[in-house]
Amino acid sequence: MTGESDHIVAETAARILADLADPQIVNRAKNGAWKEPLWRALAEAGLPLAWVPDDLGGSGASLADGFAVLGAAGRVALGVPLAETLLAGWLLARAKMKSPEGAMTIAPVRPLDRITLGGDATLSGRALGILFAADVRHIAVLADSGKGAHVALVDVKACRIDGGKTPAGDSSNTVTFERIRPLAIAPANIDRDALMLVGAVARSVQTAGALETVLALSVAYANERVAFERPIGKFQAVQQNLARLAGEVAAALAVSGSATDTLVQSGKFDDAAFLEGASAKIRCAEAATEGAAIAHQVFGAIGFTQEHVLHRFTTRMLAWRDDFGNESWWAAELGKHVAKRGADEFWPLVASR
Amino acid sequence: MSTDLHFDQIRLPPECERLRKEVRLFLADEIAKGTFDPYRPGHGDSHDPSFSKRIGAKGWIGMTWPKKYGGQERSFLERYVVTEEFRVVNAPVRLHFVADRQSGPILLKYAPEHVKMDILPRICRGELCFVIGMSEPGSGSDLFAAKTKATKVDGGFKINGSKIWTSNAHIADYMLGLFRTSPPTKENRRHGLTQFLVNMKTPGIAINPIYQMTGQHDFNEVVFDDAFIPDDHVMGEIDGAWKQATSELAYERSGPERFLETFYLMLELIRAVGPEPDTRSAEGLGRLVAQLHTLRRMSVSVAGMLHAGKEPVVEGSIVKDLGTIWEQKLPHRVRELTAFLSPEIGNRATLEEQLAFATTVAPKLTIQGGTTEILRGIIARGLGLR
Repeated sequence: MTGESDHIVAETAARILADLADPQIVNRAKNGAWKEPLWRALAEAGLPLAWVPDDLGGSGASLADGFAVLGAAGRVALGVPLAETLLAGWLLARAKMKSPEGAMTIAPVRPLDRITLGGDATLSGRALGILFAADVRHIAVLADSGKGAHVALVDVKACRIDGGKTPAGDSSNTVTFERIRPLAIAPANIDRDALMLVGAVARSVQTAGALETVLALSVAYANERVAFERPIGKFQAVQQNLARLAGEVAAALAVSGSATDTLVQSGKFDDAAFLEGASAKIRCAEAATEGAAIAHQVFGAIGFTQEHVLHRFTTRMLAWRDDFGNESWWAAELGKHVAKRGADEFWPLVASR
Repeated sequence: MSTDLHFDQIRLPPECERLRKEVRLFLADEIAKGTFDPYRPGHGDSHDPSFSKRIGAKGWIGMTWPKKYGGQERSFLERYVVTEEFRVVNAPVRLHFVADRQSGPILLKYAPEHVKMDILPRICRGELCFVIGMSEPGSGSDLFAAKTKATKVDGGFKINGSKIWTSNAHIADYMLGLFRTSPPTKENRRHGLTQFLVNMKTPGIAINPIYQMTGQHDFNEVVFDDAFIPDDHVMGEIDGAWKQATSELAYERSGPERFLETFYLMLELIRAVGPEPDTRSAEGLGRLVAQLHTLRRMSVSVAGMLHAGKEPVVEGSIVKDLGTIWEQKLPHRVRELTAFLSPEIGNRATLEEQLAFATTVAPKLTIQGGTTEILRGIIARGLGLR
């Protein structure tokens, strides 16, 4: 794919999202009726299955295209399973499996959860925090077995789905597999670490996108809102806070961009990809924590209302911290990795990027 | 003014990696010869004239400058690699570093040809030390409050007043200083300052040491008493120095020295926790690694964007803001993370010596070269808040 096509896919995504998923309009909507026309438009543009090759039912876009779509989705704090479907399609494609129509989600997303493939070709286990499981028809599952990792396509109705919501109000379910017979299954060709890494980078890109909008909203508000006879953005204390927010946004953009660039350029799950992906998830989660707090401080009471759009961004980026390994888990993994290589190998690793 | 921030994904090109190997070999050789000790950053003099000359002989000072001035016409990304490799081993580069980073580029832009031909090749050979004369007893961050006067006389200017916090003034050959040639105007309080090149051997200059809380001598007060500066040492427009500080500042703010100042503690932390750290140590280390990697990717990106002719002013300021706070906090994080380790760990003595040194150095990191508050003001302006 050329650089130009990256732009076309990203611009298509941004246009559809601007038309049909405008955060202000979505936030005022009484129900989820906006989701159906949005999904139809996304599907017609081939975006949910961007990472699935043509012969497996997708649109065969590049890895870079898909990440650009996720950035656009983050910038509107999208509350439909676009990222999950992209990742599910990607996982199925690793195993050369066709993607079904419609939205999907993916399991597991917590590094300690295990789903195992038994000798009777059924799946058992439990996965926590599965976004949108209650809202979609299919789950792409990475299962362990004695014969290596397998990818399975599972009908959601066959699983036990326990309720739960993220702070953003999106479904976040515990999915229990009790000797479930999958619709299809094949050897995965990737392992759990690779899934966690790609998922972590995807969430980092979404988070950086959300942070970009949070910064724009916060600066615009600080320039409009008058207190003590001045726009609050004229006060140094507020300026300093917004500069700190810009620093967090910058860090998130730079490190998530670096991680996607690494996956796009090399396609390997080596030491470099691990450093880049782990760092992206850790630093973007930290930026979400800091950034959400600063933005809410700038907005004051109005930002704490249902009516205001800010919470759509802050609660989602805070929730995304937990998917595909939270920052504490990744930090421990990265720390172990660096410690094992030893002090003399540390700077060469950092400098290699 | 915009809230859009950009970080192009810059990877250092192959010529940089070849150069990196060469620099590492050179440094390993110098360390083996005992020129400096990479594990003892607070020891020895960070200014080493013969070492600077050997670096100059390698062509690694002023390496981006035109060949006719002694430079190598190499890229800013190559200079980046040299800077970071020297920094991570605490090599004593104090003598030439300021001249290489900021004084030389200012001379290149504003000095008359014969002055360039005289001074720049000597910087490149590692022979000249520069000092920056900005702050005064009554003006620090508020540069444009400077009062030290340059009064026009026949053939040049007479300088009276003083500069303070001038790092290296006691070993410097030249100062690039900001002096008042006219009063500020009502419309523009930044008007009236002029940048001058000052030979530190000029009669009428007295240098008084100011010792730092680390015990080191770096700062000085420089007092001017009718010190004469010839006309050809005016750098740029009379009264118009405020227009001149632009893209060089972005290099100064975003380089690897803005987050690697206490880097030695990362290596000592890795040695201290050992190859199989417990979860707490591993998590703490991992976060620091992620933060450092992020800073470096931001810094490389800004270097690449500058190299490509862009002006990432806000991004550069952000690198310094985040980077200096990170390197300032690092000794405290390492202290916490090593709190439960065995008293018998092999590098205990080195670790404690480094912690003691870094802890006393840390406060200056967010002050030198533009305080955190000033940087955030610049960032806020870039965002469209002022």
